[in-house]
Amino acid sequence: MNWMRYRWLYLLISGTLIICGVFSMIKWGFNVGIDFTGGSLLEYRLPDGSVKSYKENYINQERKEVIKSDLEKEVAGEVTEIRFENIGPTVGPETIKRTIFALIISAGSILIWIAYQFKNLKFGISATLATIHDSLIVIGSFSILGHFFGAELDFLFVTALLTILSFSVHDTIVVFDRIREKRKGGIAELSEFANSAISETMVRSINNSFTIIFMLLALILLGGDTIRWFAVALLIGTVSGTYSSPFVAVSILVTWDELKKRIRKQ
Amino acid sequence: MSAPVKKFIFIVIISLVATYISLPQSLNIFGINIIRPDININIGKISINRDLKTHLGLDLAGGSRLSFEADTGSVPPDKKENALTGVRNIIENRVNLFGISESTVQTSNFEGKDRIIVELPGISDTKDAINLIGKTAQLSFAELVEDTSVTNSTPSSTLVPTNLTGADLQTAEVVFDGNTGIPAISIQFTDEGGQKFAEITGKNIGKQLPIILDGQVISAPTVQEQIIGGKAQISGDFTIDEANELSIQLNAGALPIPITLIQEKTIGATLGAQSVKMSMLAGIVGLTMVGLFMILSYGKLGIIANIGLFIFSVISLALYKLIPITLTLPGIAGFMLSIGMAVDSNILIFERFKEEKLKRNIPDALEVSFGKAWDSIRDANVATIITSLILMNPLDWSFLPSSGPVRGFAITLLMGVVISLFTGIYVSRNLLRIFIKERKDKKI
Repeated sequence: MNWMRYRWLYLLISGTLIICGVFSMIKWGFNVGIDFTGGSLLEYRLPDGSVKSYKENYINQERKEVIKSDLEKEVAGEVTEIRFENIGPTVGPETIKRTIFALIISAGSILIWIAYQFKNLKFGISATLATIHDSLIVIGSFSILGHFFGAELDFLFVTALLTILSFSVHDTIVVFDRIREKRKGGIAELSEFANSAISETMVRSINNSFTIIFMLLALILLGGDTIRWFAVALLIGTVSGTYSSPFVAVSILVTWDELKKRIRKQ
Repeated sequence: MSAPVKKFIFIVIISLVATYISLPQSLNIFGINIIRPDININIGKISINRDLKTHLGLDLAGGSRLSFEADTGSVPPDKKENALTGVRNIIENRVNLFGISESTVQTSNFEGKDRIIVELPGISDTKDAINLIGKTAQLSFAELVEDTSVTNSTPSSTLVPTNLTGADLQTAEVVFDGNTGIPAISIQFTDEGGQKFAEITGKNIGKQLPIILDGQVISAPTVQEQIIGGKAQISGDFTIDEANELSIQLNAGALPIPITLIQEKTIGATLGAQSVKMSMLAGIVGLTMVGLFMILSYGKLGIIANIGLFIFSVISLALYKLIPITLTLPGIAGFMLSIGMAVDSNILIFERFKEEKLKRNIPDALEVSFGKAWDSIRDANVATIITSLILMNPLDWSFLPSSGPVRGFAITLLMGVVISLFTGIYVSRNLLRIFIKERKDKKI
């Protein structure tokens, strides 16, 4: 199948999704959690079994006790604290810095590893661009999910982002590996090798994603509140990563190759 | 015995040992209660003691995590390291004296800010703990010196700290005043401290000797006579709890530098237990779906993959207990994600096998697919290993995240990838060799 003929379509799909995300980021921004902004989160279980939560700025012990006793007066019974997070204002900026370092270092070392393995910078950069594509999609969709469903950007989200980075590369490497293998076997246009490599790895790619999607769906539906959005981020990333490996990474690789040849001819 | 059979036996033994370790400590099968003993091996100088239980993190077991910032501004740079180690040890002592088991105290540094992170499993009411940990507990005794330079009508005097401090203390304990029943703290000085105390009390007979804690005068008894023997009593307006806390702080030593609380996370035990239940359910459902999917897609090969997956799971669980790894909620997510990735090695090989089967006979096709798939599997897994190592931050680089949840996730993901390389390649390959060879024999 001539997958590379429909490159305009992939560009259209990816472009639309990324633009939607960027639009949402500009218009609505993010629902940034207290991991980054600082502040406090208090959750109490009421006598009737329901849970009541409070969000405030960074608070001290006295304020905390006032909240609890007010609530106890209000419901006329004893309440139990089930969760309390209190994060000082200096912690957030620090976390953001460390996170950015971690993202840069992982992306950088993966780029170097692929470029080294394939003895070609073209492969490394195409794969890295595909992972940036996936990150943009996940970040953008969290801006949208944050606006409509209250999904928060927290520490776990960052963890999810880094995992997506490695999953996306994982998938891309499998396709690239096929292309490399085919190139050893004969001479033809890169796009031809790319087409057959994509066809041959397609089933594997989809099957593999399914197994991961099953695990993530189970976590989303049954895993509880704490990690629900974390699993959603991973799910979006898995779908995007599966799509981006053949259609974004390979498209960039082939386009790059063609452009280079065209320039050389002139 | 042929090589494949030997390898097969090796796989069976490993799986059995891992299954044995990963089972719960006490198991009730048909009314028979089986209790597995802990590992307790002593061979010469080597002794191995493991309690073989899964260690649960604060988010699963309940507990709190407190971060303090140390004010190191007044400490000369070359002594900072020492001061921080001192703070850590003292906090550790205080927490231990308070009776909290399995607590941890760590220091971390980021852009010149020094942090002390205290994890207290099982503690959800942190008020007492924070008070206990955060007090500097600088104890000193001061003399009252009459101020002669000021010619006021009212006589004034200034507090002059003596060289007798909390460092001269040997023990402190809570006692009750014989007359009033009010709690007080009885202190015993070291020999040197006792001498200092005798000297000071000798000089100040008939005068007050204020006792200062963290810059506040807590009591100012009048010295009746010189006290020899190094014993003193601090009586303030203490409640029993306050007196207990103070005696712990004095016993553990004073903090050389002040610290302030900047972050607190507390998870109640019920929420933790609920999370354990939910994630176990999610794990079982997810695993079953993956298993079914593999059988539906690859038939008999899928069964082999599922055996590999089972061995992967028991080895992982066994290693969590043996190393031991503290399991957190994100850690469970990392484990589940690595299950998805573990299956991938098999899928890669099986898809290859489908192609190669058309070109050559089955045993050869099998070997060729393993060989060819290996490059992809290696390259792809190295990328995941890189990311998980960065998230795990094993060398404690201060510019990378060092938060508990992220680490918990990275450790299980890393272990998952490494174990999946073993089960996905070694285990399934050798199982398939035996499985397929037998089929060939039957045909002949």
